Amino acid sequence: MISFTVNGKPVSVEDPPSTPLLWVLRDSLQLTGTKFGCGMALCGACTVHIDGEAVRSCVAPVSRAEGKKITTIEGLSPDATHPLQEAWIEIEVPQCGYCQSGQIMSAAVLLRENPKPTDEDIDEAMSGNICRCGTYPRIRRAIHRAAEIQAQRAAK
Amino acid sequence: MPENISRRRSAFLVGGLLSAALAASSLAWSQQSPVTPAAVPSAMLDSSKAATSQAAFLRAWTVFDSPRCKNCHPAGDAPLQGDDSHVHIQNVKRGADGKGLYGMKCHTCHQDANLAGANMPPGNPKWSLPPAKMKMVIQGETAGQFCRQLKDPAKNGNRSLPQIMEHVSQDDLVGWGWNPGDGRTLPPLNRPDFVAAMQQWVDNGAACPQ
Repeated sequence: MISFTVNGKPVSVEDPPSTPLLWVLRDSLQLTGTKFGCGMALCGACTVHIDGEAVRSCVAPVSRAEGKKITTIEGLSPDATHPLQEAWIEIEVPQCGYCQSGQIMSAAVLLRENPKPTDEDIDEAMSGNICRCGTYPRIRRAIHRAAEIQAQRAAK
Repeated sequence: MPENISRRRSAFLVGGLLSAALAASSLAWSQQSPVTPAAVPSAMLDSSKAATSQAAFLRAWTVFDSPRCKNCHPAGDAPLQGDDSHVHIQNVKRGADGKGLYGMKCHTCHQDANLAGANMPPGNPKWSLPPAKMKMVIQGETAGQFCRQLKDPAKNGNRSLPQIMEHVSQDDLVGWGWNPGDGRTLPPLNRPDFVAAMQQWVDNGAACPQ
């Protein structure tokens, strides 16, 4: 049995230790916001956080989660008010939407470590997240907008 | 002055200079202390040891310069991939600590062990590049340039020769090079032969190739 917390809730799962974390989240815990894209850590659709760091859950064995805090798109904020979520809605970033939870989870690490990213910082942080619809210009704008929202909240 | 006289005078001048040089040379030799029997073999031994050391390093260099080592010792700030050492896709960057940037850290994709299957991310608990302040570049270096970099405490993390030997013989991430996972070629020497070549380099004075 492997125990960890997901979005603040303790869980224990019976899945074999080598099972990719993605399938434990989606199939055993019914958290389907995290998507399967390539299964090879090439596209970023499956990005979640383990103790705050972005991880491609399609290649991370669930054994890696033992005793750790897992955050998925469902738990990024309790009420969908993370600055990235607000900016994403304001700018209407998604087209088909499939890659977007992975995009937001990667962007969340960027904004935490670099509250005012430049375009180059965004390129360095986001190039592992592929969008087949090509929403990259809107993703870039939304990250800049989220940085503004985050700064405004911090100033209050 | 007629041309033939001029030529003769030049020949005389050259001959005179040569005689003077030879005389000075014999004077210098005559003033030296007698050559001891041990002195010549010792000098020959030193040069022979240096040659042995350099040759050993050149053998070890074939491993350093193989993709399994070179790909994480790039000249720039992006890791390399594959047997053709192309720049890592996804715009991956070194970061100050060598562990990547933001949500693109090495362990975002690389696990503590290799994943099964061709083109799956390889892994090790210490997966990383050298830090930005100590890049230990292999890509684009000659054997001699890399040798001097490797020996320089200002560039090698302040390591002594025994510490360098410990690193190449014991370090788990160095050892990954001989256990690189599916579809990746191995370095041209096995690890014991590589370590033996490095030890021979050290034991014979750690001389660097030109």
